[in-house]
Amino acid sequence: MSVDTVSLTGWGRTAPTTALRFRPRTYEEAAATVRGCGPRGSIARGLGRAHGDAAQNAGGSVLDMTALNRIRTIDAGSGRVVCDAGVSLHRLMEVLLPLGWFVPVTPTTRYVTVGGAIGADIHGRNQHLAGSFSRHVQELELLTAGGEIRTVRPGTALFDATAGGLGLTGVILSATLRCHRVTSAWMSVDTERAVDLDDLLDRLTAGDHRYRYSSAWIDLRARGRATGRSVLTRAEHVPRYALPARARRTPLSFRPGPLPSAPALVPEALLGGAPATLFNELRYRGAPTYRIGELQRLAAFFHPRDGLPQWHRAAGRAGSVRYQFAVGHGQEEALRRIVHRISRRRCPTSDAVLKRFGAGDPGWLSFPVPGWALALDLPAALPGLARFLDSLDEEVAGAGGRVCLAKDSRLRPELLAAMYPRLSDFRSLRAELDPGGAFRSDLSRRLSL
Amino acid sequence: MKDAFGAPQSLLVLGGTSEIALATARRLIALRTRTVRLAGRPSPALDAAAADLRARGADVRTVGFDALDAASHEAVLGAVFAEDDIDMVLLAFGIAGDQGRDEEEPLAAVRVAQTNYTGAVSAGLVCAGALQAQGHGSLVVLSSVAGERARRADFIYGSSKAGLDAFTQGLGDALHGTGVHVMVVRPGVVRSATAQATATGTASGTVPAAPPTAPRGGAALLAPERIVAARSASARFASAPLEASPLTTTPEAVAEAIVTGLRRRSETVWVPGSLRAVMSALRHVPRPLFRRLPI
Ligand SMILES: Cc1cc2nc3c(=O)[nH]c(=O)nc-3n(C[C@H](O)[C@H](O)[C@H](O)COP(=O)(O)OP(=O)(O)OC[C@H]3O[C@@H](n4cnc5c(N)ncnc54)[C@H](O)[C@@H]3O)c2cc1C
Ligand SMILES: NC(=O)c1ccc[n+]([C@@H]2O[C@H](COP(=O)([O-])OP(=O)(O)OC[C@H]3O[C@@H](n4cnc5c(N)ncnc54)[C@H](OP(=O)(O)O)[C@@H]3O)[C@@H](O)[C@H]2O)c1
Repeated sequence: MSVDTVSLTGWGRTAPTTALRFRPRTYEEAAATVRGCGPRGSIARGLGRAHGDAAQNAGGSVLDMTALNRIRTIDAGSGRVVCDAGVSLHRLMEVLLPLGWFVPVTPTTRYVTVGGAIGADIHGRNQHLAGSFSRHVQELELLTAGGEIRTVRPGTALFDATAGGLGLTGVILSATLRCHRVTSAWMSVDTERAVDLDDLLDRLTAGDHRYRYSSAWIDLRARGRATGRSVLTRAEHVPRYALPARARRTPLSFRPGPLPSAPALVPEALLGGAPATLFNELRYRGAPTYRIGELQRLAAFFHPRDGLPQWHRAAGRAGSVRYQFAVGHGQEEALRRIVHRISRRRCPTSDAVLKRFGAGDPGWLSFPVPGWALALDLPAALPGLARFLDSLDEEVAGAGGRVCLAKDSRLRPELLAAMYPRLSDFRSLRAELDPGGAFRSDLSRRLSL
Repeated sequence: MKDAFGAPQSLLVLGGTSEIALATARRLIALRTRTVRLAGRPSPALDAAAADLRARGADVRTVGFDALDAASHEAVLGAVFAEDDIDMVLLAFGIAGDQGRDEEEPLAAVRVAQTNYTGAVSAGLVCAGALQAQGHGSLVVLSSVAGERARRADFIYGSSKAGLDAFTQGLGDALHGTGVHVMVVRPGVVRSATAQATATGTASGTVPAAPPTAPRGGAALLAPERIVAARSASARFASAPLEASPLTTTPEAVAEAIVTGLRRRSETVWVPGSLRAVMSALRHVPRPLFRRLPI
């Protein structure tokens, strides 16, 4: 097992802290690391795609799980997969697609681990139908504070605390997943433009149930009557028989292009105010008003930016902040106010995404609630951003909404309990299972989780 | 923990009555700071400072600390860190001395050097060690523009700050990559709003020979921060000729620059910012000419 001292940040590259990084290759090594962690505790880390400080642990131990990367069994008939927690979704796609299976949920990057996907209970463009990642987990093995390994199944308190529990209940060592059947690696994509926010909400409400995948890019620089104008893309997997002849020859080949697709080529943080407006204008005008059935490769549809691994560095030394919040159905007024406030402030953002959520999952700190979720990236160096986001938090909390903890790097701790009603359960379960604080992260210290 | 914008949740001030430090603490409390430890020599002013910050909603405690008693630093500061993480240490103690007297009384001059330099070396190293152990945090050190180039008017104070500044830069390099961020702050002449009002009130050119006397009448009614202010840092740190210069600043401006520096994780901060250019020019002025400059 390799050990080194490293300075770590999340994907947003803010607030670096230093920890001892262990890279266990066996469950025993992982257990020994947890047992031997000092007073500053330990935390699991996957591929470090969480934006904030969820996977770092200042002065303590960090378990880099990426060496635990074996896919143990695949049941090609039922789509049941047992794999180590350090396996990436990218790897799973490579292996599963040729067999006619797809991961049940994918975020907009496939470079996340299964452990990270459960730890943050990630959601994808199919959340409105399929829920978040942990809904598709049948079982997991959890390394707990004493160093023993427990099998955890859905429907138990420990499972609900672990799904979205940000690594604070223990280290997930392996998981059993149920995958989704596909007959090709192609997507049929329908695109439409919405002229403003109300139009967008109407379209999402009316049509989402007809698609497996749906989300909208929203132009947060448009103002006045155009505030909230968006491009809505919704898609289905293409059945093999519907593929054009050429694609039908290798229907399941997973060949992510080496370069990101066009809109993603421009790192938004490089764009100051005016260029961002221009870029958004082009992106909006460039999108078809209405187009159905466009064929796209799976990777191009789901992970347009994965070809350019370093794009997040564009925000410069100060890094970037991802702000993602959700408010329930019936809170459209709050959503409208927030969108208007962001637009009026002219934030340099060009990749905001709005998604309509369906039913949430039982994870105590799991993010999705039925309603609306908006996510955007902002350069941390933007003057006055800290206070601005604080005031948005007030608005979100006031509407009974919440911000996503896996993305968070700056929430005021006082607001947490209002946003996550099961927080006290989470805290007491941790106090009971882990009285010595074997699992801690910078996020847990910052928010007193 | 600090958030994405570098705003700390807990703060340790060394030199707990320092005007600049208190202005900074007030600003940080308005952001994320909930815990403040004020280390300093026990005095009513220290208690008053703590009470003021407490009234702003922070959990504040004072800690007995004397910069001149280096032997005690490890124990005193170690106890603060043992309680909980400290996200930011603000090293703010310092004395200006009195150049005229200090030249006559070497022991008085040594006291300036021991407070500003040796005291800071020991306290700085103790804090750096503790921050390194916790794997994160910022050490912010108040140096001075006076340390950038020795001036006839205040070279005893200036040399102590030059030593402190060099020490801090080196420490910053030593801690690079350890998760600990070290920031040198070089303010020009810092005057609180009240002191500035007094200064502009006096006829131009006539600089008060002695530090302004304690405010007459109603002193007890003044808020603690005003009492501290009335002790007028300007008279202690500023040498006369710079006083009228546009390069003077206020504790609030220094506090704001510190908050910005934390956000950017800067290593050096000048206040006001224009000092950077001015000083880089002054640094290269030949000595015969420098001696004759009215600064
Ligand atoms: C470009 C980009 C797009 C994204 N899009 C989406 C999206 O669409 N939807 C969404 O929900 N998220 C999205 N995310 C966030 C990302 O999916 C999550 O943060 C995910 O957790 C990252 O996985 P990781 O393996 O990198 O985990 P890390 O970032 O390393 O860790 C994340 C959390 O999981 C915990 N963890 C990791 N491994 C384990 C383990 N083995 N056992 C226990 N806990 C563990 C960590 O302690 C930490 O709390 C996106 C991120 C990026 C960078
Ligand atoms: N004001 C300026 O113009 C200016 C300009 C550039 C740099 N600076 C530097 O900035 C720092 C703060 O300035 P300021 O204006 O805020 O100063 P200030 O209000 O005079 O405060 C100085 C602080 O140092 C403390 N101190 C002095 N000797 C000490 C000792 N032996 N042990 C412990 N504490 C001691 C004082 O504590 P007591 O209350 O116990 O005396 C006081 O808290 C200083 O280092 C100064 O050199 C100031």
